[in-house]
Amino acid sequence: MRLTCPLCGERDRREFYYYGAEDYLNRPAPDAAPQAWDDYLHNRDNPAGVTRDLWYHDMGCSSWLVVTRNTVTHEILDVQAVADRKGGAA
Amino acid sequence: MRYSGLRVITEGLFGNKGWKPAWRDPAPKADYDAIIIGGGGHGLSTAYYLAKNHGMTNIAVLEKGYLGSGNIGRNTTIVRANYILPGNSEFYSHSLKLWEGLEPDLNYNVMHSQRGLINLFHSDGQRDAFVRRGNSMVNQGDDAILLDREGVRELLPYLDFEQTRFPIYGGLFHPRGGTARHDAVAWGYARGADRRGVDLIQNCEVTGIDVQGGRVTGVQTTRGAIRAKKVGIVVAGRSSQVAAMAGLRLPIESHILQAFVTEGLKPVIDHVVSFGMGHFYISQSDKGGLVFGGDLDFYASYAARGNLPMVEHVMEAGMTLMPMIGRAKVLRSWGGIMDMSPDGSPIIDKTPVDGLFIDCGWNYGGFKAVPASGWCMAHLMATGESHPVAARFKLNRFATGHILDEEGTGSQHNLH
Repeated sequence: MRLTCPLCGERDRREFYYYGAEDYLNRPAPDAAPQAWDDYLHNRDNPAGVTRDLWYHDMGCSSWLVVTRNTVTHEILDVQAVADRKGGAA
Repeated sequence: MRYSGLRVITEGLFGNKGWKPAWRDPAPKADYDAIIIGGGGHGLSTAYYLAKNHGMTNIAVLEKGYLGSGNIGRNTTIVRANYILPGNSEFYSHSLKLWEGLEPDLNYNVMHSQRGLINLFHSDGQRDAFVRRGNSMVNQGDDAILLDREGVRELLPYLDFEQTRFPIYGGLFHPRGGTARHDAVAWGYARGADRRGVDLIQNCEVTGIDVQGGRVTGVQTTRGAIRAKKVGIVVAGRSSQVAAMAGLRLPIESHILQAFVTEGLKPVIDHVVSFGMGHFYISQSDKGGLVFGGDLDFYASYAARGNLPMVEHVMEAGMTLMPMIGRAKVLRSWGGIMDMSPDGSPIIDKTPVDGLFIDCGWNYGGFKAVPASGWCMAHLMATGESHPVAARFKLNRFATGHILDEEGTGSQHNLH
């Protein structure tokens, strides 16, 4: 599996650290209901198919990335820097 | 048909013409008292104990493929009870006791071999942690012996004790730990359930769960609708998909775990050896193959096959620990889909839908749990109450803060 970092180009999977589902970008407000925090920290859609998750370019440019990929085929569909997304890191 | 030595001899004398299929192949009925989704180890043992312990025989196991076609057929077969936390400790202790009586109970040879498990340690701090773990195991009534370096050398003379990165200080020996024949466990439970009247229905994929007014009423399948007032979801890596049919979103992320087996060799490794610092564990099957594995590939996946970096990592760890295996040829490798929970511990609980139960979140430790998981899931489905040894495996424990984080690694699914 190889990921194309927007800054560094196509790199080996070993350069990246997988953090988890994209849900981690949607941090609830500090006063949100406990259910929102439970969803944010623990509950996942966990799709068999296309998913979006957070990776960190550990041994590269240190960018946080949102990777769109297929969990069944391991096909990488898109890689975006979190910082480039509309609204930034949220 | 009861299996026995006499039976084997008799059949041998008469051309082995008397053997019958080990279970029936029934068509699904329109209505059952209970349905179990998933014909793997946990689902089949749930069905067996529902019938045996609770007298529920008008039940069905629905399996989308063939029995035992998931993780029960693709694991590294280790059986142990070496947990620390209250909640986990009594559960795995119960499971090990069930393993010890399993063969006469099922009248089936599951090749349970208590060859002993040794967890190696490589520093003073790690030794202290293992002393604590060993004491917890002994307090639970199980067995643990702390071995110093010479003690380990006596049992495992082939290890590289002097390696610079992780010199071996000793090990925690769990003599009752060992292995079992993974497929036979599924087959034994399947045959036991079938003999008590449970319908095992293969090639029957559940495509929907019927819920009316907050109560489960049955399931939709590729072989038609089936009604039942109680439904249990026992589908390991596919838990999120099946639970979503009832509108549930689970605290589960599915990950890939690879394992490997070499060509058959003469006996060289007599125990189960685990090398935690290198993420490597190994045993030798009765057929002679070295069976070993490592850690997750670390990213969410349903591919049932892994990537090469983890293959390389596992081989490196194996060579670091026991250079003698370097010339053994790897015959095959495979990946299982692990239902990883945010604290590394399982879930056996009711769901918010009345009559719908779930047994999932086995991470990569589901095989040893097969007997107790079925025992406790059957208790839950029959009585509506959690079994005492599984009372802390609640679905909502992440929201309430009652987590069971055995390794203390936090709420990230892939770190357990």
